[in-house]
Amino acid sequence: MKRRIQSPGLALVTALVAVFMMVPMVLSISAALVNNYSQGFASGLTLRWLVQVIEIYGQTVVWSVAIAFACVVGNILIGVPAAYALARNPSRWAKTFEEILTLPVAVPGLATGLALILAYGTFRDFRQSYGFILVGHMVFTLPFLVRTVAAAFQRPDLVTMDEAARTLGANFTKRFLGILVPAVLPAIAAGSLMVFTLSIGEFNLTWMLHTPLTRTLPVGLADSYASMRLEVGSAYTLVFFIVVLPMLWLLQWSATLLEKKYGN
Amino acid sequence: MKTSHRLMLLPVVIFFMAFWLLPVSRLLLLPAEQDWRLYFVFLTEARYAWSLINTLGLSISVTLVTLILGAAVGLYLGRRQFPGRQLLLSMLTLPLSFPGVIIGFFMILLAGRQGLVTDITQALGLGRFSFAYGLAGLFLAYLYFSLPRAIAAYAAAAQSMDKAVEEAARSLGANRWHIIRDVWMVQLEPTTSACAAIVFATSMGAFGTAFTLSSKFEVLPITIYSEFTNFANFALAASLSITLGLFTWFALFLTRRKETVSGVANQ
Repeated sequence: MKRRIQSPGLALVTALVAVFMMVPMVLSISAALVNNYSQGFASGLTLRWLVQVIEIYGQTVVWSVAIAFACVVGNILIGVPAAYALARNPSRWAKTFEEILTLPVAVPGLATGLALILAYGTFRDFRQSYGFILVGHMVFTLPFLVRTVAAAFQRPDLVTMDEAARTLGANFTKRFLGILVPAVLPAIAAGSLMVFTLSIGEFNLTWMLHTPLTRTLPVGLADSYASMRLEVGSAYTLVFFIVVLPMLWLLQWSATLLEKKYGN
Repeated sequence: MKTSHRLMLLPVVIFFMAFWLLPVSRLLLLPAEQDWRLYFVFLTEARYAWSLINTLGLSISVTLVTLILGAAVGLYLGRRQFPGRQLLLSMLTLPLSFPGVIIGFFMILLAGRQGLVTDITQALGLGRFSFAYGLAGLFLAYLYFSLPRAIAAYAAAAQSMDKAVEEAARSLGANRWHIIRDVWMVQLEPTTSACAAIVFATSMGAFGTAFTLSSKFEVLPITIYSEFTNFANFALAASLSITLGLFTWFALFLTRRKETVSGVANQ
């Protein structure tokens, strides 16, 4: 039997969209590695743009990773206990609070950035520190962690386990750290990866909050796009991919793992 | 609520009050301190009204095209089995993690002053045609940003679509268009409304992309940014941010699904 392409229209649209999505990525990666973008591969391959990026913008990469990590740790410390409290209280008040907590995600980062500057712009030391960017990122990413973890805390078998440990005489701190938190570790991991990826790529909020001395990777990217040659901008973009993509793959992998474990 | 639960919630409450609720209330009240009419500046001053209309028009058209293309690709990849399908799907959803600035830069590489399309049009004798810095560039960049989200959502939804309904419709004599309208679109409705809200809200608030392209086509986030930075017009910037925030919040509010955290992505 002759093999016929089913739904040729959809196949064509898929092919066109795929070309549209791929071409810029290929362009950007190749531009990072050639001597001259206009002349293309004929100008020869080089690593000097990457070296130049590390020299000029290396610090922004280090700071971005540091902020993303701090953001994860900070959000776990305040978010996990809160997720538990919200999961155990199905009251209207708790629901409303959870709703309010997601508001920073529903309004553009620009507005949150503006609000933070209006409120804290005069606290000079704070304004000029990376801490200012960190609190912005934390507020923006907190709902992702809290909601993911709260959903995991709602599992009925956890309530049973908690009851069993209590009848055996374990106090709350022991039960929380020894039983409940380990039981939701996959959710914490998934939420953390989400927080990490969001923080490291954050621009809208960060551009408002940054100062010439506190710059992150995306802020540096925007700067290089505006003021450097295309090859340098491309090399910097490649650095972003190298830092972020492994995180993203880990995120997808852990999400599938989670679904296999708890999904239905 | 138990005392221990209250204590566990306390750090988040304090943190959230200090670094979001308080600053945002300040932002909300700022225009009133000057003149309450400032809240309606998006209606009363032509420049800001146009900026809002531009942004709305752009976001609505990007949303429509994203839904059509995203549904087509998602349906194709979600329902067909062919070698390399998974790889193609992951390549198409890869840009999910790219900040908007990178997408803006992609457009410059594609159709900027030294861009690929620009070189091709010159080689074809059509002159150096660069569309990156105008409406077309902005539209394509927003589309690029939104498509991976739509494709991922539709592919997942298409995989879980009930094939029996389609079979039944077909055996009852439904033609292709009937199946699209009465079977596919109905089953994909939740995905469509959730996707539409996210894409619309994200496009409305997109700052990085337009900023990188330093677009000639003025959108509201750029207006807000320049009022704030170039003219130090804080109350006005606050007023326009409130307008923008209400639009994005309302779009998401209309189609919110309780179990997912949906929101403005970082365009």
